[in-house]
Amino acid sequence: MDPILFLIFAAIAVVCGINVVLQTHPIASALSLICVMGSLAVIYLLLGAQFIAAVQVIVYAGAIMVLFVFTIMLLNAGAEKKSAGSLVSRAVGAPALVALLGFLSYVLYRAFPNPLAVRFGDFTLGTAESVGKAVFTTYLLPFEITSVLVLIAILGAVLLAYKELD
Amino acid sequence: MNFYLLSLIKAAVMVGALLLTLLYLQWVERKVIAHVQVRLGPHRVGPHGLLQPIADTVKLLTKEDLMPPGVNKFLYVLAPFLAIMLSLISISVIPFGPAVDVAGVTTWMQLADVNIGVLLILAISSLTVYAVVLAGWSSNSKYPLLGGLRSSAQMISYELPLGMAVAAPLLLSNTLSLRGIVEQQSHYYFGFIPAWNIFHAPFPQVFGFIIFLIAMFAETNRVPFDLPEAESELVAGFHTEYSSMKFAGFFMAEYANMITACSMATVLFLGGWNPLFSPRYGSNYVPAVLFAAAGLMALWFALHPPHKGDRKTMPVFGLAAFVLAAIFLVPALQAILLPLFWFLAKAGFLIFTFIWVRATLPRFRYDQLMRFAWRFLFPAAILNLLVTGLLVALVG
Repeated sequence: MDPILFLIFAAIAVVCGINVVLQTHPIASALSLICVMGSLAVIYLLLGAQFIAAVQVIVYAGAIMVLFVFTIMLLNAGAEKKSAGSLVSRAVGAPALVALLGFLSYVLYRAFPNPLAVRFGDFTLGTAESVGKAVFTTYLLPFEITSVLVLIAILGAVLLAYKELD
Repeated sequence: MNFYLLSLIKAAVMVGALLLTLLYLQWVERKVIAHVQVRLGPHRVGPHGLLQPIADTVKLLTKEDLMPPGVNKFLYVLAPFLAIMLSLISISVIPFGPAVDVAGVTTWMQLADVNIGVLLILAISSLTVYAVVLAGWSSNSKYPLLGGLRSSAQMISYELPLGMAVAAPLLLSNTLSLRGIVEQQSHYYFGFIPAWNIFHAPFPQVFGFIIFLIAMFAETNRVPFDLPEAESELVAGFHTEYSSMKFAGFFMAEYANMITACSMATVLFLGGWNPLFSPRYGSNYVPAVLFAAAGLMALWFALHPPHKGDRKTMPVFGLAAFVLAAIFLVPALQAILLPLFWFLAKAGFLIFTFIWVRATLPRFRYDQLMRFAWRFLFPAAILNLLVTGLLVALVG
């Protein structure tokens, strides 16, 4: 059951990922990106990382992408025109893509020579308890530093917005 | 029994009950608002308008399904389906009662006990905004677009206090499973104060409950936060261009979201299926007494009918109430019916509150809505969470 579900949602993720680039209308691209986020959440769930799957949906699909869609709608961005592309991109594009894919598969194969290392539902550290423990013990300093970083970003955004208002 | 077969049966029962409730919730809402405004409400189709929802459904099904020109067809059709689908999914993790024996099979009165149940509901509720936004954008019309924009801003703003308000009872319960949260509220302080999270030591979640309810009003787009469909400014907001069953889909989704919100509040704050007081003091007889009292009242109205038709209908209602009261006294059925009664009584009271508020409060202005969310509700929710966390750390 698990491999079938993985293949289905991996395929959805890849197809939607390609669709993000192919679509000319920004809303269509954004919606494809949401589908990618959703399929990734299902794949996290299949691997046993329930908390991360839920947070993936809440944060990415539920908050960040809503803001993307909101902005696109607010600016009323229309469909973009497809350019014919330069001669170089048409000549080198396809071979470069194949070369990149080959290189990536080679690196991944070298890094993980044993494909049995990943098994569905094997990862037990994805529950809310273990993520919480890891964040507040082992990774406390990076976690706090990240939160300060986010706070600075928020302050910067508020400052910029205030300047705009005056 | 086979897990898949059992799940299918439970899902069928749950969907049937939910859709019937959705159908009649609209009747209840019209009746309650009518009586608040000293009107009769639906009264022509069937006794006391009881067949009105069915008549409305037939009307909506047979109406012409218009597709305005210039719409984005795929998204225009997708939006109402998305709204219904997302609003029906989250009911699957709500626990309605404890484990029960039905014909030799022990099962929980819950479709699935996911151990991230709370997060699942939050995730799905954070996705419901897409239905409204896409409906508004794909209609290719000004009013729906404005409604969709308002809705996305409103729902993102109110999701933050909602999340913070949900986190506080989780600190008390120490679990994310909805079943675990209810079971953990099943005891009584001093034998008579229920340990529901709203009364729970060390910090009763009264404020959390109020913040949760307010945020849920905004998340479900109900009055006083129904700006995405403000009639006086936006015609009908995001569903202006929809007709027939697609229009009805948005209404169904709104009611289903309301049911989920009230069930969530019941589970998180009001102790789920746990009775108000211990069975030692006779809480098992509360439903029977209540239904018998309702039956007596109906019979009294049959003798002194306020309207002409009541002389015939009221005895039937009275008899039905007495039969219900008798059913609640059968010991074999009590194990199933009592938890269900307490759950539905609490959730039903909250749904009544939703309707009550709609009948009495005016709508916010848009800037008031945003200021309220960011300057009052969000800080209050954070403060509630901080105090709860501090007290749990000190006492627990």
